[in-house]
Amino acid sequence: MAAKDYLRERFFPHLWCPGCGHGMVLNGMLQAVEKLGMSKNEIVMVSGIGCSARISGYVDFHTLHTIHGRALAFATGVKMSRPELNLIVPMGDGDALAIGGNHFIHAARRNIDITAIVMNNRIYGMTGGQFSPLSGPGIRATTAPFANIDYSFDVVELAKAAGATFVARTTSYHVQQIADIIKKAILHEGFSVVEILSQCPTYFGRKNKAGDAVDMVRWFKDNTTSIGSKGKQENPDLIERGIFVQTERPEYCSEYDKIVEIAVAGQS
Amino acid sequence: MSENKKFVQGNEACVEGALYAGLDFFAGYPITPSTEIAEILSNRLPRIGGKFIQMEDEIASLCAIIGASLTGRKVMTATSGPGFSLMQEALGYAVMAEIPCVIVDVQRGGPSTGIPTHGSQGDINQARWGTHGDHAIIAMTASNHQDVFAVTVEAFNLAETYRTPVILLFDEVVGHMRERLVIPEPGVIPLVDRLRTSVKGGVDYHPYLPREDGRLPMSDFGSVHRYNVTGLFHDMWGFPSAEPRVIHGLLHHLVDKLENRTNLIARYKEYYLEDAEHLLISYGSAARSARHVVENRRLRGEKLGLLELQTLWPFPENIVREKCAGAKSVIVVEQNMGQIMREVKLAADEPQKVFLANRIDGVFITPTDIVNIFRLIQGKGV
Repeated sequence: MAAKDYLRERFFPHLWCPGCGHGMVLNGMLQAVEKLGMSKNEIVMVSGIGCSARISGYVDFHTLHTIHGRALAFATGVKMSRPELNLIVPMGDGDALAIGGNHFIHAARRNIDITAIVMNNRIYGMTGGQFSPLSGPGIRATTAPFANIDYSFDVVELAKAAGATFVARTTSYHVQQIADIIKKAILHEGFSVVEILSQCPTYFGRKNKAGDAVDMVRWFKDNTTSIGSKGKQENPDLIERGIFVQTERPEYCSEYDKIVEIAVAGQS
Repeated sequence: MSENKKFVQGNEACVEGALYAGLDFFAGYPITPSTEIAEILSNRLPRIGGKFIQMEDEIASLCAIIGASLTGRKVMTATSGPGFSLMQEALGYAVMAEIPCVIVDVQRGGPSTGIPTHGSQGDINQARWGTHGDHAIIAMTASNHQDVFAVTVEAFNLAETYRTPVILLFDEVVGHMRERLVIPEPGVIPLVDRLRTSVKGGVDYHPYLPREDGRLPMSDFGSVHRYNVTGLFHDMWGFPSAEPRVIHGLLHHLVDKLENRTNLIARYKEYYLEDAEHLLISYGSAARSARHVVENRRLRGEKLGLLELQTLWPFPENIVREKCAGAKSVIVVEQNMGQIMREVKLAADEPQKVFLANRIDGVFITPTDIVNIFRLIQGKGV
């Protein structure tokens, strides 16, 4: 099956702006699914609200487009009910870490087998360019006309601290790495977090004089490096890409199965 | 006591009703006075292979059961006022996406944290209007444990029949009071199971195209039909649409599927209505005191009757209008500032004959409280 076979072409054209990075994430994600040879019926994609969340409408899986910030809570219900299904949850930076921050850390804490993808363009795109908890200080946005004073989360550090057992980061420039990391994240048994830096030329780019889509993607190329690379030692400001955490810890649904065994045995 | 006879709290009667109805997935968050429902289910569900999960808040709890419902399970969550407030957005999602689910609100005094350990019936209008946008909803209540059991079973049946969230508005008094419950043998109360599509895999399935009878057959996530579920206005495939025709049609469908069946959904009990000159209308725990007043006054030859509502929404307007027609006075007995009284006034032939007997100080309304109001409207002193 080609990546194209996973799309619902009936619902195109998509609503993303020209130059948006989200299509690159979708491409990488479908390549991962294709490489894994997964059946469309065994994948449930759950999303919240925002530009990124619309990704679920375009893919031919079981798709649940929910409310702002709560995608992981819906996904937890689906997964807990049917652990044999594969849950992929794409979220925007505001969706995942502002309104959805609590669900994010608790899903990580439980280590429930869900693949969470944070499509981080550092801005609220759908509402027209407000700063997000990943924008960082100094950034301009429609709600930070003078400069943002909010510090940002480091998604990788947050996910690690909350207990995620697979944590990775890449960018929309590194499409092959997106596919490779998402493939590993899906295979990982436990809560996986994949942060993908994505460009929003329409709002983030324009407000911050970051150039057009090509300039923004080039910025990802020039300002990121592999984890622990020589480049990082020489220039500590570079953002690291790769898999930061890949550990084993009992998965939530498997642990609950043990509770069922105990409960069933206890009543005989 | 035989195994099907129990001496339990109202909250446990609700659990028994839910399990009888086929509940096999519960998500919740601790809150007084509903916590026992979660506690008991954390013990009971795994024994029957069901699932229990304690979520990080009430928002997540409702979201989780909606997700589980889409995989084919019968689902429920339970909470009280503050948690019910948090659930309102996801409740609207369940309305829009037409997801069968049951939400229990064991009411306590509010607003805000209010008085957690005391009874109240202050969430009646929130159940109706709490989520944003035009919509219809089913909300039910009961005054004793046998009825708590029965309306809980009914809530699951209605949720499956109409693909809708159903709210159970119990209260602290009924929730924590202990009395006898007889659990019927399986099969005594009929159960409605999920209506699943007969469309074969590979054939275009329309999850949001109602049949002639208004019902929409579902397909479980994980089975052969892959479709989109969204809280946006959507077409018959579940894909977002901004077409005026689609928006108009869907909103009408969501409202009409329940409001056009108000009499069918209505559940109520009548006590001494045939010749009643004065009518009490009550529901939930307050109906216990109202019933006591009616039975007591009947012994003295006074013609009082009680209409006990079990379905509060959609409000059974025609039934209430009919019952009020012959009465000299109508007294609505409730533990709030007149939330159902307002509906009764709208329904009654003569709104000026509708009065309120209420109590809002956290103390359970007594028969004496009601009798005092009755005397006042008759021009007598108390």
